[in-house]
Amino acid sequence: MNPRIYKLPFFENLLNLTVLALLAALCLFPILHILALSFSSAAAAASGRVAVWPVEFTLQSYQFVLDNPAFGKSFIISLLRVLVGTPVNMILTILVAYPLSRPRDKFRARDFFAWFFIITVLFSGGLIPWYMVIRQTGLIDKFWALILPGAVPVFNVILLANSFRTIPKELEEAAAMDGAGHWTVLFKVLLPLSLPVLATVTLFVAVAHWNSWFDGLILMNSPDKYPLQSYLQTVVVNPDPRMLTERDLDLLKIISNRTTRAAQIFIAMIPILMVYPFLQRYFTSGIKLGSVKG
Amino acid sequence: MLQRKKFSNEIPLYLMLAPAVVLVLIYSYAPMVGLVMGFQRVLPGKGIFGSPWVGLENFKFVFEMPTIFQVVWNTIRIAGLKAIAGVAVPVTVALMLNNVTSHAFKRTVQTVIYLPHFLSWIIMAGILLDILSPSEGIVNRALGLLGIRPIFFLGDDRIFPWTMVVTEVWKSFGFGTIVYLAALTDIDPTLYEAAVVDGASRWQQTRYITLPGISGTIIMLSTLSLGNILNAGFDQIFNLYSPLVYRTGDIIDTLVYRTGILNNQYGIATAVGLLKSVVSLLLIGIAYKLAAKWADYRIF
Repeated sequence: MNPRIYKLPFFENLLNLTVLALLAALCLFPILHILALSFSSAAAAASGRVAVWPVEFTLQSYQFVLDNPAFGKSFIISLLRVLVGTPVNMILTILVAYPLSRPRDKFRARDFFAWFFIITVLFSGGLIPWYMVIRQTGLIDKFWALILPGAVPVFNVILLANSFRTIPKELEEAAAMDGAGHWTVLFKVLLPLSLPVLATVTLFVAVAHWNSWFDGLILMNSPDKYPLQSYLQTVVVNPDPRMLTERDLDLLKIISNRTTRAAQIFIAMIPILMVYPFLQRYFTSGIKLGSVKG
Repeated sequence: MLQRKKFSNEIPLYLMLAPAVVLVLIYSYAPMVGLVMGFQRVLPGKGIFGSPWVGLENFKFVFEMPTIFQVVWNTIRIAGLKAIAGVAVPVTVALMLNNVTSHAFKRTVQTVIYLPHFLSWIIMAGILLDILSPSEGIVNRALGLLGIRPIFFLGDDRIFPWTMVVTEVWKSFGFGTIVYLAALTDIDPTLYEAAVVDGASRWQQTRYITLPGISGTIIMLSTLSLGNILNAGFDQIFNLYSPLVYRTGDIIDTLVYRTGILNNQYGIATAVGLLKSVVSLLLIGIAYKLAAKWADYRIF
């Protein structure tokens, strides 16, 4: 619902719509251009004839990328990371949000623990000590280095705790009357009533795992342990000649580096595009619910 | 007796917190202890227990670095420009969307402009490096058709900071509109009805109803961005900068990365990180106080 009464006069309305359409085009055009490049021939790409539609359609770039075992391996590491990291994040988020959402008289140490977590958002040891601690705990080059250091997403905890607090107390009290303990209240009363927020947070967490690149880049010494985004950092964004094999060098004489880069970028985007409709449906409601202050 | 019973009621709450508390102690609090490396000459393999103390030597070194003040200024400049554009553009677009009567058009625009927010800076950098390339990028080809000579968006140090601001806005303005659109829907429609009865024009309605209706949100988000003035966007700049643009584009976080991770000067990089963390904490404190005062904002 638009909270306004007036209608714009014809020309102003037209101008308004045009500018908005242009802004939308600005967001979409670069993505379509990359997609078109990835399906175009090397020659067409080099001659600058590709805009938003493939020229001299070919699947060669995708063939090249998918034949590259390093790409496939990093893709699988990223998938694993999402599949393991998301549940770990969600379980910890729920387990922390519940105690923090209790009233002070039901959980006397609530404020202490709330600050315990909030302080980590306000102040941090910075890059180097963080790296040293992870190294000390033996996680360098280990898959769990991508999961454990960021296992407690404090912002999501606050979002979910705020959302729990909007649920009417009477429901919990009724359950408590029937002898329900904390675990039952959490799992049988609060969680079923928080499904939209949980869905939103889960999607955001999954997207964040898919998109992470820096931890993989510095915590993995061997490139064959990189998740996809870290791998792309070293081959697309900041190409490291050491990452190229001789086979690559030979093939790149036929296929252009540019169209293969485009193909890799697009493949990395596909999972996001797949969950995007769900993200869109949930996130507005989720954000609104979570931002209600208690 | 009553006290005992109360505590036993709380035991499950402690059990729920336990795993997260352990992880946060290790991966958030232990690094804070590790900040003492800022006062050590960190030797490889010795860690924080075996390395010698050097007092303020690292900090002295930092302040004698020829580029340090330039880097701090670059950081504040880029972050400040991003903060201003990061409020102005989403507010404007939200107001424009609010004037759209076609529901389908509005949904379509929203769907498209939210998308870049969900793509990583790796993907975005991959796209930008291609389309902004001076030789084969489509942007410079289009400019060429207009008779404009190629612009080195990422390689010219006078342009680089602006490229960072514009591309940041490109990635985040759509998602930024959500919170303002929510504030707009919260405005009481009867205010507009009353204004129409009183003969208020469109501009008067915007000036006296719409803008005051979202000003709380604007003030809150602008104030909170103060806490981020030392964060100019590592993910973006790290993936787009090069030695060509260090003069205007090198920021605190990229300097820490190069000093610590690439050159292994752990003590010095930690010292810079410590200064940044302390100043940031002060700024967040001030921002939070101001936001509480001006916009009645509370995080929890």
